[in-house]
Amino acid sequence: MRLTIITSITGVLVLVYILELLRRQQLREKYAAIWLVIGLVVAPLGFFPSILDSTARRLGIASGVSLVLFAGIILIFLVSLHLSWEASRLEAETRSLAEEVALLRSHLVEHHGYPVRKDGTAATPAQDTEVYS
Amino acid sequence: MIDGKRVLIILPAWNEAEGLPGVLKEIQTELPGVDTLVVDDGSTDRTAAVATENGSPVAQLPYNLGVGGAMRLGYRYAHLHGYDVAIQVDSDGQHNPSYVPQLLAKLEEADLVIGARFAGQGDYTVRGPRKWAMKLLSVVLSRITRTRLTDTTSGFRACNKQMIEFFAQWYPVEYLGDTIESMVGAARCGFTVRQVPVAMRERTTGTPSASPIKATVYLTRAGLVLLLAMIRRMPPHLKNLAHAAPARQPQRQLVGGN
Repeated sequence: MRLTIITSITGVLVLVYILELLRRQQLREKYAAIWLVIGLVVAPLGFFPSILDSTARRLGIASGVSLVLFAGIILIFLVSLHLSWEASRLEAETRSLAEEVALLRSHLVEHHGYPVRKDGTAATPAQDTEVYS
Repeated sequence: MIDGKRVLIILPAWNEAEGLPGVLKEIQTELPGVDTLVVDDGSTDRTAAVATENGSPVAQLPYNLGVGGAMRLGYRYAHLHGYDVAIQVDSDGQHNPSYVPQLLAKLEEADLVIGARFAGQGDYTVRGPRKWAMKLLSVVLSRITRTRLTDTTSGFRACNKQMIEFFAQWYPVEYLGDTIESMVGAARCGFTVRQVPVAMRERTTGTPSASPIKATVYLTRAGLVLLLAMIRRMPPHLKNLAHAAPARQPQRQLVGGN
């Protein structure tokens, strides 16, 4: 009985947190969609941990809880792999942008007297943490 | 201009304010008529200012991208400004610019020319796992490029126009990618690679990794880089660049054909 309370509360909290992140525009829809789907699938399991028991037994797994644990690990693995892939892609994009900026700057310095700081260091790029801006 | 060709020397530099003036002056006296480009790879010292003071254009990256990123920027600059030849030289003074004419001469028969140590010139030696790694690399890369290569990790290299365009679009950014993988990629796409013996000087700044553990790690990483370079899918459109390169072997005459 206690397990049901803990898991159901956790499930609801996670769902609420995802919705809150979405509302504050801190999460892109494509990622939010994944997490919402996961949240919606997992939340009922919090209330009724035994609903997967029959499926688990058919797969040769002792209980529904074990099945959820196994599926969860696979899911987390896939999500982190996807994030690594996204990070690689983003790194390639920012790399190209940095190169482009350097090319443009060198051209402007040569032809139009783009101001160069006295110590020759690059001006600090503007930091932006908002996803939508 | 050397022999009617516009030549650009690319110097990737990361915090090299100390050694850079000497290297630039040496290039300007040894090779008059050659342009230089210092790629400031997000240095925190006066690298960019020093380069400007010594009369070289600078491409300044907003943050550190590593040698691969700096080199692709150099090749993009060379391509954008229509250079016929690009030569990569380290800005720590290891590479002697007096060998540049020999690299240029070899470009007559190749798309990519490597300035190689251990090829008769100079007395640069290494030992232990690092030596095995270099041996393994030279054996495997010699097979891939179908020519004898003795120093595959040399950063002293010259490229012709097609090679510049290729590297402007594709240049590996991972560890050892700037030397090993770039060469494998070029060879796999059909470019010709050759080497010219050069003597290397003691580096004026920095120290090479010498401990056996570091050398073993080096061997492992080199093997992994090589494996990845062999199996990676090359962007198909890049292969056309190699085919656009001037043919080296005289075409067999078609007798009686129309």
